[in-house]
Parts: sequence; C-alpha cells; structure tokens
Amino acid sequence: MNILAYLIPISLCLGGAGLAFFVYTVRSNQYDDPEGDARRILSDDYDERPKS
Amino acid sequence: MTAVVHPPLSACPACAAVPAAQAVADVAQPEAQIALSLPTIHCAACISKVETGLNAHPGVISARVNLTLKRASIEAEPDVTAQEMADFVETLGYEAHELDPGTLSSTATDKMGRELLMRLAVAGFASMNVMLLSVAVWSGAEDATRDLFHWISAAIALPAIAFAGQPFFRNAWAALRHGRLNMDVPITLAILLAVCTSLWETTLSGDHAYFDAALTLTFFLLAGRYLDHRTRAVARSAAEELTALEVPRATRVRDGVEEQVALADLSVGDSILVRPGGRMPVDGEITQGMSELDRSLLTGETLPVQAAPGQLVSAGEVNLTGPLIIRANAVGKDTSLHQMADLVAIAESGRSRYTSLADKAAKLYAPGVHILSALAFVGWYLATFDLRTALNIAAAVLIITCPCALGLAVPAVTTAASGRLFRRGMLIKHETAIERLAQVDTVVFDKTGTLTTGTPVLINAEAIPEDKLAIAMALAQGSSHPLARAIVQAGQAAEAKPEQLHDITEVPGFGTQATLQGREIRLGRASWTGGQAGEHTTTFLRIGEDAPVAFEFTDQLRAGAAEAVAALKKAGHTVYLMSGDTTPAVQSLANRLGITHWLAEALPADKSTRIQAMTEKGAHVLMVGDGLNDTAALSAAHVSISPASALDAARVASDIVLLGGDLAPIAEACTTARSATRRIRENFRIATVYNVIAVPLAVAGLATPLIAALAMSFSSITVSLNALRLR
Repeated sequence: MNILAYLIPISLCLGGAGLAFFVYTVRSNQYDDPEGDARRILSDDYDERPKS
Repeated sequence: MTAVVHPPLSACPACAAVPAAQAVADVAQPEAQIALSLPTIHCAACISKVETGLNAHPGVISARVNLTLKRASIEAEPDVTAQEMADFVETLGYEAHELDPGTLSSTATDKMGRELLMRLAVAGFASMNVMLLSVAVWSGAEDATRDLFHWISAAIALPAIAFAGQPFFRNAWAALRHGRLNMDVPITLAILLAVCTSLWETTLSGDHAYFDAALTLTFFLLAGRYLDHRTRAVARSAAEELTALEVPRATRVRDGVEEQVALADLSVGDSILVRPGGRMPVDGEITQGMSELDRSLLTGETLPVQAAPGQLVSAGEVNLTGPLIIRANAVGKDTSLHQMADLVAIAESGRSRYTSLADKAAKLYAPGVHILSALAFVGWYLATFDLRTALNIAAAVLIITCPCALGLAVPAVTTAASGRLFRRGMLIKHETAIERLAQVDTVVFDKTGTLTTGTPVLINAEAIPEDKLAIAMALAQGSSHPLARAIVQAGQAAEAKPEQLHDITEVPGFGTQATLQGREIRLGRASWTGGQAGEHTTTFLRIGEDAPVAFEFTDQLRAGAAEAVAALKKAGHTVYLMSGDTTPAVQSLANRLGITHWLAEALPADKSTRIQAMTEKGAHVLMVGDGLNDTAALSAAHVSISPASALDAARVASDIVLLGGDLAPIAEACTTARSATRRIRENFRIATVYNVIAVPLAVAGLATPLIAALAMSFSSITVSLNALRLR
C-alpha cells in the first residue's frame, strides 16, 4: 500500500496540470470563436495566435 | 500608456528597431477600433479573404474575423472611418455593416461567464478526484487507509468549495439578509453542513464522509448556472448587435458647413440635415426643403405624408424624397421616442408579476427541505441523545434532497429550447419568455411592418400598357420613394425597358417630371397630375395633356404571414389585428388573411388598454409588433415578439426578436414553448420521484455516501437527457 504515497500525489499533479491548462485556455480567449478556429486550421495562412 | 524599451540583446539591428518603433506608435496616437458585422461569411476561405484583404489595406494595423459572431474587429489608423472599411469589405464580395463599438463593449468581455466557467472547471476537477478516492472507501478501504483518503479528500474539497461555491454563498446571504428564502439557501446549508460533519467525522475516524457529495452537488449546480448564463449571454450579444447596427450619428449644419456628429452632441436649436432615406435623429421643425415622410414605424400609417417648412417632425420618421433641414426642438431623452419609454415602464410593472416555474418550485421546496432536515435532527437527537448521529443524518437528508436535479431542470430545457428557436431565427431575450409563450391563447398582430413589409407593390401592372410602364420606370428609377421603387420592381418583373427621357427632376412632395419628344411627363400625386384617387393607394402618370394612367398599389405581405395566421388559428388561438392605419387598409388586409377581429386607427394607448382589458378577462396575449406605437402594447402583453426590422425601442420592449424576415416560425415557436414547459414539469416530477425514494432512507439513517452520490448523479443525468428529448 506504500505505493499510494507516490500515486496519489502524482495523479493529483497530473489532474492539476490539466486544470491549469484549462485555466490558461480560458484566460487567453481561446473559446471566443470556436467555429472560426475550427475552420482556420484548414486554411494555409500562418496564424500565430488568437488576437484579443 | 507607458512603454518600456529594453536595451537590445540581439546583434540584429532590425530586430531591435521593431519594438522601438512599436513603442513610438503606441505613444503617438490611439488607434481607431472598428467593428463590422459580416452576416454572409461562413467558411475558412471567407475568413482568409477578408483578413488578407483588410490587412493589405494601408490604413489597417490589424484585423481579425470572428466567425462565431460573424464580426470583424479592425484596429486602424485614427483617420480611417468605419464606413470606408465597410465599403472596402463590400468590394471583396461580402455584405458588411458598421457596428457601434460603444454598444458592443459589454459582450466583448464576458467576465461573468468566464468566472463561472473557471469555477465549474475547479469543481469538476476536485469532484472527480474526490470521487475516485471515495470509490476506494466504498469498496472496502479500512482504518488508516480510509482516514488517509478522507483527509486527502478534505484537503481537496475545502479550498475547491470555498472557491467554486461562492456564487451560491453570495446569493444565499443576499436572500437571508432581506429575510427571504431562495433556492440557494438550502444549497448553501447542505454544502456547509456536509463539509462540517464530514470534517468532524474524519477527525473522529468515522465511516462516512460526504466530501464527494458536497463537491458533485456544487459541480452539477454550477453546470446548470453556466448553461443558464450561456443562453442569456448569446441572446444578449445578438440583441446588442441589432442595436449596434444603428450607429447614432447626424449631420449638423453650422454656417453652411456640414459636419458629422454623434447624437449625444446635438443640442436644441441646432440645424440638422436629413438626406432622403435618412431617419429623423431628433424632434424638430422643418426650416428648409420639401419632401415626404414615412411615419409607419411611429403611427402605423402606410402612406407617406407631405412635409413642408414649418411642419413638426418627430425622431424616428424617415425622410423619403428631398433633403430637409430641421431645427431641433428636443434632443436625446426629451424626444417623443424617449417619452414613449414612460408608457412602457408603466405597462411593464404588470408583467413583473409573473413567477417562473423555477421560483414556484423553490417557494414550495426551500422551506420543506429545512423543516424535514430539522425534524430528522430533532427526532434522532431525542431518540439517541447522540449529537454526532443526529447531525450526520440531518446532513444526509439535506444532501439527498438538495435541488441538484431541480437546479438543472429549468436551464437544461431552456437552453435546448432557445437553441432550437435560435436556429429557426428567433432570439429569446427574456428568461421566462418561453414559459409565458407556452400559455398564450390570444395573438394580436400589428399591421404595417409586421404582417406587411411596409413596402408597397404594384397590383395593376397587367392593365398598364407596356410603353407607359417603360416611361414610368424611367421616371421612377432615380427616386427613393417607396412607390417609385415598387414601379421599378414591377417594370423589371415585366421585363420592360426604361424609356430614354430628358430633364428628369424630382419635385419633392409631389412626384417626378421629365420631357419626352417635347411633351411634359409627370408621375406623382393625384392633385398634381389631375387623377382621381380610388380606394387603393394610387399614383398617376400623365403624358402631355392625355388622361392620366393610374398605378394602384397595395402593401406587400411579409413572407410567412398568411401561414403564421393560419397555423395560429388552427392551433385554436384567437387572432386579432390592431393597427394605426386607415380603416379600408386594415379591413382589406384582415379579409385577405381571414382575421375576423380587427381594429383600425388605434392610438398607442388604445392598443395597450385593449390588451390590458383582454388580460383582465383572463386571456394570455401574445403581441407581435414593430413600431413605436406598439411599444406600450408590447410591454402590456403577456409575451411579445418584434421583427428585427423594428425600431430599437420596440425591440427592447419585446421578449422575443424575430431575426429573419419570415413570420412562419411564430406558430412553431408556440408549439416548441409548450413542449419545453411540459419537459420542465416532467423534470420537476422526476426530481421529486428520486426524493420520494431516497428521503425515507436518509431519515431512517440508512443513507450512505454511496447512496447519496448515486441518487444525485442519476437524477441529474435523467433530467438532462429528458431536456435533450425536446423536439
């Protein structure tokens, strides 16, 4: 059972990283134009980042 | 703005020059922010065409297209105007309209929605982790392992709930401070009690901890709140876009110099130029020019009225044929347009009496839950004199009865229903509009601009000789008068070729004249051409001294008007027609559509008193109207719809805005609203059934955290799935 001492913190860290990434996506306006972003990926124009 | 220029670290001088140049530009002048509405863009190619086009334009600093909102936001040099940009995008082949950036500002950053989403994410993350730990406990973890899991759960749950539960805590506190109970009070109590007893149990190394239940509860409830917020944000942003399309600007004439100014900068006594096709920005008196005015949005009259110096005009009227200069008598809040708002405010006080189904449920539910849980606590305490058991059971009762499914029951259905209606071109502005629409049994239509488009069509085109039609077309081509445009349309439909005429001049207020082979030709009013006015709206063509030829017009029906009226009557609704237009015009339309109840020459106050009288007799009235004369009636009705072409004041007063030109969705919307309300009621019943099964278990002290978690998840999922069944 001692393995729990490693596994629980590891799983929490991974989950926390996911949460942090989600917070980052919200903060950088990545949900402002879901439809446009879905189409933009198909075009050849170089598109660095969503402008706010 | 302050810009700090760091010393260049690279060896490349050009790289170093760029940030410095940017800093200079930042300091120099603020860029113009321009927003355009692009209703026709739909694909990746459209995005890149508009963006590359705009970015290549010399005045543009950067441009970005948002396909979801169908908007382009442009950062441009200060001297670039929005009109230039709109014209430029039109040359790229896309329809573009200028948007007023001031009106859009509140949708640009949806702070509330972002905050809710963040809390939802935290609650979801924490509840999943705690749930995994709980599964281990339920499947038989014991002693030290169980205590460890409980402590870890507590460590995750406490900060997560403190952050994610804030909206509920705030609402509950606000309600309690005013001595009221709302849905958030039992929620807050359940969450706090569950966390406290669980913490206490954990310190005593007890069996049951409800950390997972408290977090799942928060998560599901936040999901309901977020859905609710999304629906409203979408509606608000679309409604704001409609408002932003009307950029408030006027042309002021000062010492012979014309200048474009914002409406807010006008003052009483200013001279304002209104070009043909323009809308009166203020109330005033005509000082120069002859023209005709379209007052249909204000009074419901279809026929243009003559305008001459000395005549009073009100804001909202449309100038048709000649340029007018008016002197402002009242500006801003004092205009008749704004005074109408008082009438609306009075009528609106009646509507706030409607209590939504959710509020009704909360009123029954909130005290019941508290009493039940308190009784369980007192009963167990008296039976065992054990505070710990009694508190545990009280917490279990609160958690199991907690309105998880109730919190989702309404938002899940309204989100599904408004999404469906939005795709059919209806924008639901008010949160209880769907519920109120479901109760409707009487429908009142306005005529001009609602059932009819307000644009005339030529009805006797077959009776007119082709050469006469060709001459009339040539005369009409240069005019923006609605009758002239109708003649041009009819001529194009008949494939007539406009005749070559000389000296075409528009005589504002009367008509158009020209010469053909030395003879004078006139097209216009009966009195000016020597014609006899009949029952229809008529204009006359006179060639030389020949007898004038009559052109008869009727108001064009809006697409889907006949279908909508027929479908509403078939569904058993009583249909009324109320208009400010003349009796013959209203009567002929009523006959055409088969409407038996009609009222003509109605004043704005008449309309709203009629509707109030119907309401007093127990009818639930749906008002469909577009004009300023309808705003009071729109607010007095149980629920109201206005087309997107309506005046801003009418759109604000109504609950639902019809985005397309078609009226047919109204009948379907009533059906959808009724099935949505049915789903809401079903959802309440489902939630109640779960409670009826689980509450006796909880009161008897048999509810484990496992049962609480199962009851909560299952009821929430069934309720959401039931909402998605909506057709």
